[in-house]
Amino acid sequence: MEPLAPVTKVFELGANAEAVLAMLLGFGFGFMLEKGGFGSSKVLAGQWYGYNFAVLRVMFTAIITSMVGLFGLRYLGVVNFELVYVNETFLWPQIVGGFIFGIGFVIGQFCPGTALAACATGKIDAMVFTAGFWIGIVAFSFSFPLFSRFYDSSSMGRMLVSDWLHLPAGVVVFLVVLIALGAFALTHFLDKKLAKS
Amino acid sequence: MAETTQLAESQPKRPAPYWNSYVAGFGLGLVLLASYVLAGRGLGASGAATRIASYAVHKVDAMAHGGTEAEGHTVARANAYMAPYVKGPADPFDDFLVYLMVGILFGGFASGWSAGRVSFEIVKGPHATNKRRLALALLGGFISAYGARLARGCTSGQALSGGATLALGSWAFMLAVFAGGYALAYFLRKEWL
Repeated sequence: MEPLAPVTKVFELGANAEAVLAMLLGFGFGFMLEKGGFGSSKVLAGQWYGYNFAVLRVMFTAIITSMVGLFGLRYLGVVNFELVYVNETFLWPQIVGGFIFGIGFVIGQFCPGTALAACATGKIDAMVFTAGFWIGIVAFSFSFPLFSRFYDSSSMGRMLVSDWLHLPAGVVVFLVVLIALGAFALTHFLDKKLAKS
Repeated sequence: MAETTQLAESQPKRPAPYWNSYVAGFGLGLVLLASYVLAGRGLGASGAATRIASYAVHKVDAMAHGGTEAEGHTVARANAYMAPYVKGPADPFDDFLVYLMVGILFGGFASGWSAGRVSFEIVKGPHATNKRRLALALLGGFISAYGARLARGCTSGQALSGGATLALGSWAFMLAVFAGGYALAYFLRKEWL
């Protein structure tokens, strides 16, 4: 059987269909973020101070759900994985960028997506965070020549963790699920421990 | 009987609780999976901002230098980072990530509205002041933008979406976010505890 997905790439549905699809996907995304508690900076801050582990639980559940689904459908031949966009790896810019992003996260207690969902429910701290984010993007663009060489350094192309470890993708999927389950167990252990103290 | 009903109605409505984290996470995972299966790409939240901000810089600079005639050579077009987003005649808002952003706003509102959580308020820790909360939110947003642009994505586009495809750089990003966050968290604990 020929792969049926990604649907918009295999069947070439056109720009209008893709726009509607993007809005529906965005709706689901924003809806689930808000339902999970990510529209509140207080919930997000809980991850860093140990009083609410919703960030880790929601995020890792989402990752393993879609990962198992995606690699399962690839295994079954439903999804042509070559047509699926995979973020290219630029290892050091992503490590340094991630570290800076983590610092920004703890200072502002939002990330760009959660802030949007929070803006939609009237949270003023999220609106201010988003304003700071937009100003930061303009500032980044104007200062880009200073670090454009670093930005393009350590390019590894389309590189999966499984390629890097020289393991079959299925094995890494299984390991990620195990690690996620271990992390969930750890958060419940910490919940109990912190409740006692 | 009628009296108690009236009393209950006159009290401010309490927001519904959030969903169980694993249920919300499973739902979010299905949305992400649908994005990959239907559109061949993941979700993202910072790409739209980059596109719109670049276009805004382009338009403002053109207006400041004599309107549409000046659009050929704006600072945005001369800038290596913004140029790809403002070079063509194409509508910059006609983009997957921009439609996605609009959807996020509607979806967030629908969820919050259905749970009674829509209200203009500043959410902060028990001992924090409004002024400090907003100042830190502004600063945090600014710093996050540098991190997200340097890493080519944020928690949505890299950690969540890239993580699900096992992209190596996305996992490196995710671990670095937690490292950076926990490295600083202790020093800001008074804002939230």
